[in-house]
Amino acid sequence: MSTEKSVLQRAFEWHEQRLPIGGFIDGVIGTKYPAPKNLNYWWNFGSLNGLMLVIMIASGIFLAMNYTPHKDFAFDSVERIMRDVNYGWVMRYMHANGASFFFIVVYIHIFRGMYYGSYKNPREVLWWIGILIFLAMMATAFMGYVLPWGQMSFWGATVITNLFSAIPVVGDSIVTFLWGGFSVENPTLNRFFSLHYLLPFVIFGLVVFHVWALHLPGSNNPLGIEATPADKIPFHPYYTAKDFFGVGVFMLIYFAVVFWAPNMLGDPLNYEKANPLVTPAHIVPEWYFLPFYAILRAIPDKLLGVIAMFGSILILFALPWLDTSRIRSAVFRPIYKWFLWLFVIDCAVLTWCGAQLPEGLPLILSRVGTFWYFLHFLILLPIIGWVETPKPLPASISEAVLKGRG
Amino acid sequence: MANSASAQPSPAPAGADGETRRDFLLYSTVAFGAVGTAMMVWPLIDSMNPAADTLALSTTEFNLSGVQEGQGVVIIWRGKPVFVRYRTQKEIDDARAVALADLIDPAKDEDRVQKDQDKYLILVGVCTHLGCIPLGSKAMETRGEYGGWFCPCHGSHYDTSGRIRKGPAPANLEVPPYTFISDTTVRIG
Repeated sequence: MSTEKSVLQRAFEWHEQRLPIGGFIDGVIGTKYPAPKNLNYWWNFGSLNGLMLVIMIASGIFLAMNYTPHKDFAFDSVERIMRDVNYGWVMRYMHANGASFFFIVVYIHIFRGMYYGSYKNPREVLWWIGILIFLAMMATAFMGYVLPWGQMSFWGATVITNLFSAIPVVGDSIVTFLWGGFSVENPTLNRFFSLHYLLPFVIFGLVVFHVWALHLPGSNNPLGIEATPADKIPFHPYYTAKDFFGVGVFMLIYFAVVFWAPNMLGDPLNYEKANPLVTPAHIVPEWYFLPFYAILRAIPDKLLGVIAMFGSILILFALPWLDTSRIRSAVFRPIYKWFLWLFVIDCAVLTWCGAQLPEGLPLILSRVGTFWYFLHFLILLPIIGWVETPKPLPASISEAVLKGRG
Repeated sequence: MANSASAQPSPAPAGADGETRRDFLLYSTVAFGAVGTAMMVWPLIDSMNPAADTLALSTTEFNLSGVQEGQGVVIIWRGKPVFVRYRTQKEIDDARAVALADLIDPAKDEDRVQKDQDKYLILVGVCTHLGCIPLGSKAMETRGEYGGWFCPCHGSHYDTSGRIRKGPAPANLEVPPYTFISDTTVRIG
């Protein structure tokens, strides 16, 4: 091989000296970003989130080219996308199911952070930005669901915007402001479309901060101990390869649903056009909102229910301090580990309750589940941190790997 | 900026408290900037409030002569449903027999209707809980445990005066502003 540089190489270097994009990417997800060598498959979900954001923005941009944000035409324009627009069906099913899969990935990513203590010193701000992304995602998903202007779109929008009427004194004015009228109407649909288009780019900006905040301390790892330079390997090619394998597995599942069960996660009632005079007998949000909906309905008082629902997410901001243990990874926390799994079960129970009518057993279970949810964060986590005796930590990642525990 | 400024001799003598003319310029610039930004932002925010054409739709007239005794109808005012019910004497008596202390949101039936037309109960048909439309206006629909309306979303029961009696809703169904412009025609709004 010749040692002379090719024209392409020289052109690249010429450009790098003027704008080092290649060097920047190499530093963020390339050979210049050292990552702990023991990252397991739970660490795939960060980059999967990034991929989902790209898929959602890309499919959404093309859907918007054929969508009409008007109460008289929105429903029909979505049907036209399904029937007449070339490949419209696949873009819409990718987008609608993409929302569900984005939430699956994000919930696993959050759980990963909880299991391995990724929210603890020095990654608190990284965790906060993650919660902000989660909140922005919820707002985006909610407004996106309104756009097809089906029965669930309309009544979901009505119920969720009415949550703000629980605020004393100014509540009703806020709801009128959100609606741009006296009910969910055409101005509401218009602004939801505008904001649904805007927020993904806000999320993109937050992701930049999220990745920035990640790169100062570097990635956490399954052992939760500091990784020395000797314990790190370059992100590329090691973790790019591992992430791509995960992407392949994920795509198999995602597109299996897109192609063979595209309406599995949706509500059939949303194929009925919005009717402001007929409330469906049973209003249910999409599955990813169900635990929070269950918390809302568990509390018989309107204002307290709304406070509990928002509080259940906002409490995550305080998690780095509510968890009083200094050990990050649940691997070395024999008590915390079990309570975390109990918390996962609690969230699953709340998800189930959120889909049921709020009476009888589901109501009792959602009350118990809501109580346990807050008990976990406010009482159990601080106490466990104080009373628990952690298992001995390995001196280094290498030591643990050589003993077969990496 | 701060570094380059401190490297140069101060252009103005400091006052007794160390304040310079430069500080004053800084504060007034920031203050003008903040007020100016607020003035710029307000039109953007206010543009999201109901527009003039939306506000212009705020009255609706309705002819009551087609409503039979015991029957309820739903009309639209400001994009939301309004319940009109021609109450039977029994329904009126039931509503008036309840002690105020038994009510979640105490209100007299007499105050929720107009004196000479108290057989007509006119209400905004939006549940005060989370905005669903209660059932009970059509003949086939359930009227709940108190003979008024029943909200299917989260189970609120309203009585024959539209008052909340059971369930999560915090307040009675709202009475819209309305006037009878003749014996059989009402203007809502």
